Amino acid sequence: MTEKPKLGVYICHCGINISATVDVEALTEYALTLPNVKVARHYSYMCSDPGQLLIKNDIKAEGLNRIVVASCSPRMHEPTFRKSIQAAGLNPYFLEMANIREQCSWVHEDRTEATIKAKKLVAAAVAKVRLLEPLEAREVEAERSALIIGAGIAGIQAALDIADAGFKVYLVEKSPSVGGRMAQLDKTFPTLDCSACILTPKMVDSANHPNIELITYAEVEEVKGYIGNFEIKVRKKARYVDFDKCTGCGDCASACRVANRFASEFDEGMGKRSAVYLPFPQAVPAKYTIDPKSCLYLTKGKCGKAPKCAEVCGAGAINFEQTDELVEFKAGAIIVATGFDVFDATGKPEYGYGQYPNVITGLEMERLVSASGPTGGKIKVFNGAEEIVPQEIAFIQCVGSRDKSVGVEYCSRVCCMYTAKQAHLIVDKLPEAKVRVYYMDVRAFGKGFEEFYDRVRREGVRYIRGNPSEIFKRGNKLVIKAEDTLTATPLEDEVDMVVLAVGLKPRSDYRTTMELLRLSQSPDQFFLEAHPKLRPVDTATDGIFLAGCCQGPKDIPDTVAQAKGAASSAMIPLAKGKVTIGAQVATVFEATCRGCGFCVSICPYSAIELVTVNRMGHMIEVARVNEALCKGCGSCSAGCLSDSIQPKSFRDRQILPQIAALGVLR
Amino acid sequence: MRGMIMSTESQTFTEKFDLLGCIQCGRCTGGCPVTVRTNLNVRRFVYDAYSEEKLEELAKLAEIWDCTACHTCAVRCPKGLKPLEVLIGLRSMLVDSGKVQSTVRNALESVYLEGNPWEKPKATRYDWMEGLDVKLAKPDTPVENLFFVCCTIAYDPRLQVVAKNMVRLLNKAGADYGFMAEGESCCGSEIHTLGEELLFEEIVGENTAFLNDFQARRVITLSPHCFATYKARYPHLNKPVLHYTQLLAELLQQGNLSWGHDLQKKVVFHDPCYLGKQSGVYDEPRRLLKSIKGVELVEFDRSRERSLCCEGGGGKMWVESESKKERLAETRIKDAHNLGAQIVAVACPFCVLTLEDAMKALGYEEEMRVAEMTELLAELA
Repeated sequence: MTEKPKLGVYICHCGINISATVDVEALTEYALTLPNVKVARHYSYMCSDPGQLLIKNDIKAEGLNRIVVASCSPRMHEPTFRKSIQAAGLNPYFLEMANIREQCSWVHEDRTEATIKAKKLVAAAVAKVRLLEPLEAREVEAERSALIIGAGIAGIQAALDIADAGFKVYLVEKSPSVGGRMAQLDKTFPTLDCSACILTPKMVDSANHPNIELITYAEVEEVKGYIGNFEIKVRKKARYVDFDKCTGCGDCASACRVANRFASEFDEGMGKRSAVYLPFPQAVPAKYTIDPKSCLYLTKGKCGKAPKCAEVCGAGAINFEQTDELVEFKAGAIIVATGFDVFDATGKPEYGYGQYPNVITGLEMERLVSASGPTGGKIKVFNGAEEIVPQEIAFIQCVGSRDKSVGVEYCSRVCCMYTAKQAHLIVDKLPEAKVRVYYMDVRAFGKGFEEFYDRVRREGVRYIRGNPSEIFKRGNKLVIKAEDTLTATPLEDEVDMVVLAVGLKPRSDYRTTMELLRLSQSPDQFFLEAHPKLRPVDTATDGIFLAGCCQGPKDIPDTVAQAKGAASSAMIPLAKGKVTIGAQVATVFEATCRGCGFCVSICPYSAIELVTVNRMGHMIEVARVNEALCKGCGSCSAGCLSDSIQPKSFRDRQILPQIAALGVLR
Repeated sequence: MRGMIMSTESQTFTEKFDLLGCIQCGRCTGGCPVTVRTNLNVRRFVYDAYSEEKLEELAKLAEIWDCTACHTCAVRCPKGLKPLEVLIGLRSMLVDSGKVQSTVRNALESVYLEGNPWEKPKATRYDWMEGLDVKLAKPDTPVENLFFVCCTIAYDPRLQVVAKNMVRLLNKAGADYGFMAEGESCCGSEIHTLGEELLFEEIVGENTAFLNDFQARRVITLSPHCFATYKARYPHLNKPVLHYTQLLAELLQQGNLSWGHDLQKKVVFHDPCYLGKQSGVYDEPRRLLKSIKGVELVEFDRSRERSLCCEGGGGKMWVESESKKERLAETRIKDAHNLGAQIVAVACPFCVLTLEDAMKALGYEEEMRVAEMTELLAELA
């Protein structure tokens, strides 16, 4: 750049967020004394229309060619001001932000000291802005398809929305059927809709939609690339049943030599399945799967003289020779909808879960109360060796929620209401039963929730304010040891059955998903959204979105809403057919690069590779940056032994004067 | 009135015990074992102690002495509070102003002067060793296992057998060990729970310096009370601490211990609060019992994490309970009797005393026996 720098410095009051702590007038006067500064102004809200207009007008009237905005974090408004200076004819990268809010006014109290610091920050920005080069953002083609990981209600809903909009969807599900947790539920709160009844049509749609390629019993193994151009590898596990031939008749499961011997995952172990099985009657696809961990033939190498399933299958669908299959495809966007696990109640041994068969979890209760469940919806449990219809039933809230002693500090958001619903269902099925709910707070915050809680209490469900401490056995009764905190009375209540309202936890295999997609976690271990308020479905990686309980506990309406939000965000690159690649990426000065590959190993985005080039007749290796993958984080630059790789706008010659200016206040 | 406003440094009572962290869920009182026989409601104390002006009044309530410091309230608290420490904080206000029972005062004074709460002379602490082939530890000689003998075991004629048997078992196993022949002094567990904070701090300092001086790989305690106290309240101790059941289980696994006799008995193990709930040691004592040929090991319904306190801790050895209701130790012995257990095995000196008393009071002496683990094992070795 041969043009002489002419700078404008714009200082924002941010209402009183900045001006209460920083003397903006003194700062403006100071800015005018800095080299090359032609204009300096302060204004109440620089990001407002009139504020931006100030800058635009000055660029035109005064011929400014570099702009410093001293306001909030660049994360907030850098894009805003880039757009406005571009509108006035400047290269959008001729902008530097001085963060005098988060890094100054918000964290200091002393006005004099804060003003001195603000001056340093402005001086540093001025020092750097003069040295910036013009950069151009580039656009690349985007694949008009999406990958959705997980086919519970979140994944299904997002898939249907994207597919309905006309884009291709790859819907990948780990288990043999779609449906996820919602398929396991009986009725849904607070409306008491039958969960299966409202879900099944969507499950069927997800399999039949012309734009959805449903890949069940499969896991995503590799994700490479970037927004618009993800390259994906999926492993379809061997079902040992020919998908096309299987008619779903079920003869194999009845004939299985180890029929009904294994705990059914779908029934939370309350029911049994065969080694060849359909997870549940409404499963989609209605295709059987042989579980390699329980099948005699697959574990022991023989099953009688010949496997019975193969003998009885009229369609000849059983195929023990089947192997895993790798499927590869490209997608423009990814939605993660991997769901949740429930808290493992053995983590609170004081409740005797796993020891007493009549202490069960809320999810087990869903299967017990469900007409399609192992008891056909009859409420009965074993008390020791004896099967009983319980007459006194206790629910315990907050098992594995709001509990530091098991490392779960958050509220799981659904347990208060699913407990109220289950209590209602018991009153409905066993009108004579005494039902008590032991709670510490009832959180009935959603639409229709409080009204439902009112209804359940009036139906005779007794709410006792005290979170129980222990369950033990006296005779053939379970004893709940608790305190009624409203009357300060210690209790030892005798009941026949206890339902533990277990909370929601991240999937036990969340690490695999995290590493696969380079996701981050919030302190609760759920996947982290890009911004808790304004980007709740985005992740730190462009083009990867979150939906449903993988991001945090939520009920069905919230899950569906988030799935729809993620779908609509994911569709932006799909609809445009192209994506913009940031310009502030790392560049390699090949003449000095030694090809050591240190940057390749450091790069958190796998954006750098070694390529062979011809340097004056010698074939040598040098680093090369894939600009579409590079985020401009600068890790490579910090690691480079020969200063050969540096991010644009953050070159040593640009940031060293900036740092120097921080230390010297003229 | 140090305890009233500033218990230590400049913390208020509320800050010290994080009272504002409490959500009044009731798990503390719900789990408290003594609520079935006393009026103690520890949650109420946590709630009422928010008001600093009420503290003096609260400290006058007799219930604060009902707490056995079993720590169930702390283990169960979902917010990481230790409700029992609030009661100890109130006790310390009384200790400071000298308004405590004479038995308590004497125990505290005895620890200060003689290094044990039993009003016994310092010099006779090692009398239990008489006639035994005991290896003694010296600070400058490296030793694998440095033994710390509990005051109660050292002086109580019923319990000295624990230390004696320990020596026999160690000699048989050929273990590298050493007992201390001087300088051993109370760990302060009960001093802390009785509320004498200043004395406890002093004890921690002295014992830390004393024990750190030894070139030992680890410290082995005979009582779970010393064990839990060293582990939780001695931040500067430079050695790991084990309970003796852990060491014996280790020697057994290495093949250094074996039993020459069978024991054709039904045995139930009672988990001491300080070993189980507070320190998470559940399996080693059971492993030892299971290794004995002929033993049929049965379990209490309330075992492991749900074990019922025997009421021996929390300074209760020096504060008589006013309740006339059934003692928890009696409940425990009845449960054992219902199980048909012939031996109630325990690994804590206080549990021996409380459970044996209960067994005698219930008249079960003919049918069953309360045995400290070392008693069983030394008989069989």
